[in-house]
Amino acid sequence: MRKANLLDRRAVVSRLLANRKGAIAVGGLGASTYDIAAAGDNDRNLYLWGAMGGAVMIGLGLALAQPKLPVLVITGDGEMLMGMGSLATVGLQQPGNLSIVVLDNECYGETGGQTSHTAGTADLVGVATACGIADARAMTTMAEVEALAPSLQDVTAGPRFVSVKIDGANLERVLSNRDATFIVNRLRGSLGFQPI
Amino acid sequence: MHARADATSEQQAAENAAEHIASWPEEIFAVLERFDVRQVPYVPDAGHSQLIERVLGSPSMRGIALTTEEEGVALLAGAWAGGQRGVLLMQSSGVGNCINMLSLTQIFRFPFLTLVTMRGEWGEFNPWQVPMGSSTQAVLELSGIKVLRASHPEEVREVMEAAASQAYNACTPTALLLSQRLIGTKVFVK
Repeated sequence: MRKANLLDRRAVVSRLLANRKGAIAVGGLGASTYDIAAAGDNDRNLYLWGAMGGAVMIGLGLALAQPKLPVLVITGDGEMLMGMGSLATVGLQQPGNLSIVVLDNECYGETGGQTSHTAGTADLVGVATACGIADARAMTTMAEVEALAPSLQDVTAGPRFVSVKIDGANLERVLSNRDATFIVNRLRGSLGFQPI
Repeated sequence: MHARADATSEQQAAENAAEHIASWPEEIFAVLERFDVRQVPYVPDAGHSQLIERVLGSPSMRGIALTTEEEGVALLAGAWAGGQRGVLLMQSSGVGNCINMLSLTQIFRFPFLTLVTMRGEWGEFNPWQVPMGSSTQAVLELSGIKVLRASHPEEVREVMEAAASQAYNACTPTALLLSQRLIGTKVFVK
């Protein structure tokens, strides 16, 4: 069931990160991590290559530790479905600096394009709203994404949840660094923390 | 004289033991404070209730209620990336919910510490607790976590200090199992 005028995932992510300033970006495993890498490597990118279902919680831990910095979790619908309970945990904590963007292609692109629950009955924006994330929206146009980008810098107005309907096409992989100890220590270093 | 001295020291030992029985959760809390632990994710357990209350009333710690334990593993990885230490409080049955997420402790090499209250052992009434309680330690060890255990009130502080030291100073992922013998067997009444 192909839909018309779906957004290009790389264009969405690249727009969200274009003027990121000091923002921290967490990429859920799979294509979201490649999208963040494609937008340009950065000391404050935390690329996940596993831990499926954990992206939002890693973002929450970061957001609570660094309340003055915007923390942006970019992940897919399959990864988000696996960690749906974490939206209830975020709803309870209300971190003003945490934004969650789900790139929703309604399928598991990494494993052969099997349809996900969002292609059928599941409504992630509805879940986020019901979990107490008041600013939860679905986006279908680049104009909305462009308006969202600067608002991510406001660290008092979150948590935010956005589901962007994207095209399901598999793009060429842009492989990020995958040595997690390096990635996490590089991020810590950029925040002023020394190795142990 | 000799006998009297013994009686006095026995009485002293009994008093000390009584003090520890009342205060071991307090001793755990004091160690967490001393190590500057800031994020305390938890899935409630009766054995952790006193500690959870202390955490929720603390100005320096943030108690974070979870829907499932694996959320806590990921949260602590993020907390570390952001410069804060944390500890995950859960019951033994929750360890099974964490397995894939425990990969993060090896892949990030971050200071992971969890305090696990044990069920399914030492006079357990509920057979449903026994399978996971029986495999808790092995599951943790297979996941690369070092396991310490406290079974008596008077040893909790010492074991807790060792657990926190190796986790936070050496980035050695560590679980401290708090025995059902320590917590007391849950009593079910009709």
